[in-house]
Formats: sequence, structure tokens, C-alpha cells
Amino acid sequence: MISYTVAAGIAVVVAVVLDLFILRTALVRARAWWAAYSIVVVFQLVTNGWLTGRGIVRYDADAIIGSGRIVFLGDGRIVYAPVEDLAFGFALVLLSCSLWVWAGAKAGAAHPRKG
Amino acid sequence: MSSWRHLSYAAMLAFVLLGTLPLHHYYRLRVFRQPLRLLAAIVPVAALFVAWDLMATSAGHWRFDPAQTIAGRLWGLPLEEYAFFVVVPLAGILTFEAVQAVGSQRRHVPPTAPPAPPAPPQGPTPTTQDGSPKAGPR
Repeated sequence: MISYTVAAGIAVVVAVVLDLFILRTALVRARAWWAAYSIVVVFQLVTNGWLTGRGIVRYDADAIIGSGRIVFLGDGRIVYAPVEDLAFGFALVLLSCSLWVWAGAKAGAAHPRKG
Repeated sequence: MSSWRHLSYAAMLAFVLLGTLPLHHYYRLRVFRQPLRLLAAIVPVAALFVAWDLMATSAGHWRFDPAQTIAGRLWGLPLEEYAFFVVVPLAGILTFEAVQAVGSQRRHVPPTAPPAPPAPPQGPTPTTQDGSPKAGPR
């Protein structure tokens, strides 16, 4: 199987393509989404630091950029977590918000409130 | 002590919920009033990421510490891991909606009022959040 590094990169591309071209929600061009993401990413670093720093989740050295050592910063890690996790989290939150907005717009189109 | 240690992962999920659920009340969001829309957003994403998770775990990309998770397993993943893919998308959506609510307040317009409506809407109070300003495809 492809490494986590590659999979995480693909996830980001898939999420952005869906947002821009398939669902056409264009959140990556919306200031509000980036404001939300900037809050989310701080909390991701904290909570993911908990998961990875304590070794609740452990990564195989062959699947990530880093060597597999659990360090606070460096060796492919940010706040204990592999940098790949940032891409993973970005894709997860972007896809969720994009689908949320898309489903809302769709509901609005099905029941148009002219007005 | 060891019993608490089993809740290490669950504690992280509780922390995320404690940090984001109050946004719903505080900013008078309407996320939970649209359960189908919420399901439409979360279910596909959760399914996709659980599939990835199952493949990655079986490929050995990552593993979970049995001492820091509750005992339950489904297809080899801790139950917390499934909850993660519901809790985190929900937290993301609540944060996004809260940010939009703050933005609307700043502009001193009712939340997500459409620009210059030609006629007042009929019926009950005009609803707000659905189809928020930056929401529509453009």
C-alpha cells in the first residue's frame, strides 16, 4: 500500500477538487472557512499532540516522512504528530464543511425561499 | 490509575465536544435543527476516512495502544476511532458556522440575510443559516 505521506497528499487533493469542481462550494476561496480552519488547526495540534505524544496512536517509520521517533518538533513531526496528520485533518475538515455547505445549498434549491 | 489510562483516547474526544458543542447555543447556530443535512455531511466523510483507516491499520501504518483505549474493537479499530470521525467533522462544522455567525454579527446584518431581498418572505420568521452567504456555488 502507498505510504501515509502519499495517502495524505492525495486526500488533500481530493478534498480541494471536490470543494472547487465537484460540489462547487469553493470554501478554499472563502475567508470564513480559512478563519474556521485556523482555529481548528490549533486545536488539532493540541488534541493530536495528546494522541501521538502519549503514544495512543503510534506510527510505522516506513509509512511517514519522519523516522518514527516521538519528538515534540522535528524529524517530520509537529507537536509529536507526524506532519502527515495535518494534511489528514485538513482534508477531513474541508470535506465535512464542503459537504455541509453543499447539502445546505441543495436543500435551499429544493425548497426555494424566494425572497 | 490504569482504568483512567484506558480513557486517554476517549478523553480527547470529550475535550473536543466540550470545546465545540457550546458554540451551538452561544451563537444560536441551527446545525442540529438540520439533522439530515448534518448526516449528509458527516456520513460520507466518516465512511471514506474509516475505509482509509482500516486499510492503513491493516497495512501497519499506525496502531493503537490497547492500554489507552477502551476494550471494544470493531474490525480491529478502537471504538474511539469511529467516534473520532463523527466528532471531528461535527466540531469542524460547528466552528465554521460559528465563524460565519460572528462575521454576520460584525456586519450588523441578521445572520445570512440574503442581499437586498425584493419582497419579505411569507409565513413564519425568516430562517437564517441555511444557504449562508458564501455557501452557494458561484
